Amino acid sequence: MTTLLEIQEVTVDFDGFKALNNLNFSMKTGELRVVIGPNGAGKTTFLDVITGRVQPSTGRVNFKGKNLAKKSSEHQIVNLGIGRKFQTPRVFTNLTVTENLALSLKRAKGVFKVLFNPLSKENLTRIENILERVGLASKALFPAGLLSHGEKQSLEIGMLIAQDPDLLLLDEPVAGLTDRETERTAALLKDLNQDHSIIVIEHDMAFVREIASTVSVLHQGSLLCEGSVQEVQNDPKVIEVYLGYPEGAIHA
Amino acid sequence: MNNTSTRSKEWIVFGVLGALLLVAAPLLLSGFQLNLLGKFLAFAILALGMDLIWGYTGMLSLGHGVFFGLGAYAMAMHLKLAVGNAGNFGTDLPDFMFWNGITELPWFWQPFHNFGFTALMVFVIPGLLAFLLGLLTFRNRIKGVYFALLTQALAIVFVTLFIGQQGYTGGTNGITDFRTILGFDLNSEATQKGLYVATALCLGASYLLCRWITKSGFGKVLAAIRDDEVRVRFAGYDPSAFKVLVFTLSGCLAGLAGALFVPQVGIVSPSMMGIVPSIEMVIWVAVGGRGTLVGAVLGAVLVNGAKSFLSESFPDFWLYLQGALFLGVVLFLPNGIVGLFQQVLNKKTELEPSEVPMVSEEGIAK
Amino acid sequence: MTDLITQIFNGLSTGSILLLAALGLAITFGLMGVINMAHGELLMVGAYTTFVCQNLFGTYLPAYQDWSFIFALPLAFLAAGLVGLFLETTVIRFLYGRPLETLLATWGVSLILQQAFRNIFGANNVDVQSPAWLEGGLRIGEDLQFPYRRLFIILLAALCVAGTYWFLNYSSWGLRIRAVTQNREMSACLGVATRKVDAYTFAFGSGLAGIAGCAISLLGSVGPSSGLNYIVDAFMVVITGGVGKIFGAVAGGFAIGQIKTSLEVLTSSSLSTALVFSLVILFLQFRPSGLFPQKGRGVDS
Repeated sequence: MTTLLEIQEVTVDFDGFKALNNLNFSMKTGELRVVIGPNGAGKTTFLDVITGRVQPSTGRVNFKGKNLAKKSSEHQIVNLGIGRKFQTPRVFTNLTVTENLALSLKRAKGVFKVLFNPLSKENLTRIENILERVGLASKALFPAGLLSHGEKQSLEIGMLIAQDPDLLLLDEPVAGLTDRETERTAALLKDLNQDHSIIVIEHDMAFVREIASTVSVLHQGSLLCEGSVQEVQNDPKVIEVYLGYPEGAIHA
Repeated sequence: MNNTSTRSKEWIVFGVLGALLLVAAPLLLSGFQLNLLGKFLAFAILALGMDLIWGYTGMLSLGHGVFFGLGAYAMAMHLKLAVGNAGNFGTDLPDFMFWNGITELPWFWQPFHNFGFTALMVFVIPGLLAFLLGLLTFRNRIKGVYFALLTQALAIVFVTLFIGQQGYTGGTNGITDFRTILGFDLNSEATQKGLYVATALCLGASYLLCRWITKSGFGKVLAAIRDDEVRVRFAGYDPSAFKVLVFTLSGCLAGLAGALFVPQVGIVSPSMMGIVPSIEMVIWVAVGGRGTLVGAVLGAVLVNGAKSFLSESFPDFWLYLQGALFLGVVLFLPNGIVGLFQQVLNKKTELEPSEVPMVSEEGIAK
Repeated sequence: MTDLITQIFNGLSTGSILLLAALGLAITFGLMGVINMAHGELLMVGAYTTFVCQNLFGTYLPAYQDWSFIFALPLAFLAAGLVGLFLETTVIRFLYGRPLETLLATWGVSLILQQAFRNIFGANNVDVQSPAWLEGGLRIGEDLQFPYRRLFIILLAALCVAGTYWFLNYSSWGLRIRAVTQNREMSACLGVATRKVDAYTFAFGSGLAGIAGCAISLLGSVGPSSGLNYIVDAFMVVITGGVGKIFGAVAGGFAIGQIKTSLEVLTSSSLSTALVFSLVILFLQFRPSGLFPQKGRGVDS
């Protein structure tokens, strides 16, 4: 297996506060990686750096062997094959569920291409498939603004599937979901992992245990340790970092 | 099936309105009224463009008077040159240049002798300015609020420039006293009728163009930008490219409106491109209903109709009324007349989704 | 050499006017996110207050005519502040978080105020006579003279900035204002009456416009729609300076003032307007958030 993403000595400096501090990280194609860490560990900044939302002060981010150079903006990085789901669901509330998916489909996204290329038959079939897959077929023509929180989460994952990226970044995909929805999301992620590499940021350890093979722990902007769920949970450094929480919090 | 039936209904409405404007209006209205309506229809073309950038994309432009003015001036330059030496001073130069002691036609006036070139410039000049300003503001992610204020500054800049460069632009008085267009006498009723018909046709074409754009995937991207621009980037689009194109197009439509306005009204002056008329253009769209093309057209015709009626009958009162109009639309009628209409009819089609009342899922499902 | 000093002084003086006009905006726009298009008319409220004050002194206390201007300053602050308070409670409060809507609504207010001025004071411009103690100027050497009037305006601007800075950073009201603008919900939870704070903040910003109006009335006659001449410039100052910082408005005001006066000397007045605008746009290419941007994560989300 080849290395898909490699972060080399990346530091992000917000006016003296180092959100990421000399971070090294790498993952291979096909992996499902979970990133955990206490609040303020730099997890969201970690995703911001990969997606070009924040420029690293120093260091490199290599994706598929290409340096995501300082100049490339978010949409270019997205079109290289990186998809991101935000912490709170962000869907286009004024568009219908179908339109949300149509907008996300992997196709030419230049201004004139969009103006002159209507959706093809394959595109429409694909949208229908995705609607089924995320369980929103019955709400296909609803404005997304009317969906419940859980449905918005599903829609956003659907939008990512439509985008068909090589690497999926998910920021707390089960936050605020019911147990049943969480289970379904876990199953969906494992399913997605068949043909996508995935990075998940998550707090919910039950969910982490459910899906993860490898866990990376961030702390104060650096990588604290990496390993299986079991190894990480027993690592004394990790326990120390999470101190202040009741012992059970991380084992919950 | 439902979809096709609403679509054919739309075409019927479009056809009926077209027949009313093109056949009934010229037959029934007096020359004066028709001229007035022609002016409003020209404004409606501008309103369509304003709606594209504001209603659909969420970027408020307070500088559309400039684009309108540039189109108008381009046409005025041609009309003025067409006067030739038939003017009051018997020179080939436009009269105001003569007064300002300019002895030779400036180089940038020369090509406006040609109508084809002028017709092109009516789009190119405002379009290019919009393109440049759009490029410089959207690409650097300058905030939407800043964009509004910068476009407003643009209006001040152009008014000051046009007033300051008297010899080339006619200064405060602008350019007036035209005689012919393409050889036809501008004072004859038949020519004015022809101009009216041309304006109505241009409006129809502009409407179809805007409709095609807003119904296409492109239009969905615009709506998405208005919703959440950052998220659009993460869907793989470059929002600034879309915004630049829409703003450019919007500028072109405003230029067309200006060019159609001039021969019907017979004058262009800097006062038509300042911040006051520019912001009035926004209110046309707001009154009609932003985010719907019909609303933009309706608003332009209604507000201007009310203005020409009321500002003549009650000049003192008009400003109060206009102020109240701004306040009222923003506070009580955010989706304009079309929105109100839809609410009253309680139709679910084309309801501005942001205004859809919170309804429980059960309530919608049935 | 003297030319250079005169030039710098003129820039400083123009900058002070811009700064005074923009200071209120720095609060209502910068801190509260309201685009108040009626700010220009609030300036005129201040100017007309000065005019009325002068007339009253002229009728009842002709002996103290020279001091009417000093009385006009606080009165203008109060008058404009009250109009602002009224505006906030009847219109603005319904539109927080929607800056473009506040823009359109306050434009309506601006039209109404303009017509009201016209009905009350007539369509013609009115003149405020500057007091005798502001006539003449400070003479330095052979050919350097600084008019007292302009010196006074510079001093007034400095006092207003200092007062605003103190008010925002050291008074208990200022603490509440900062708390509310930074985190409305949290402030409300801690017992800050956010509604009241909003209203008073807006009134304070409006009051500053009133003081600016006094200063403007010293420079020439004012009319019902004179406010329009200042509003765009004032917004440019705030944008250039950076939203949310008082110091940004100071830097923006003096930068634009200095550049504008210099360009007017080099070219014509109409060209300098166009050039200043182009420079602002160019500048924003490098600093999209102005000279003193707000920093930290999440500001643009």
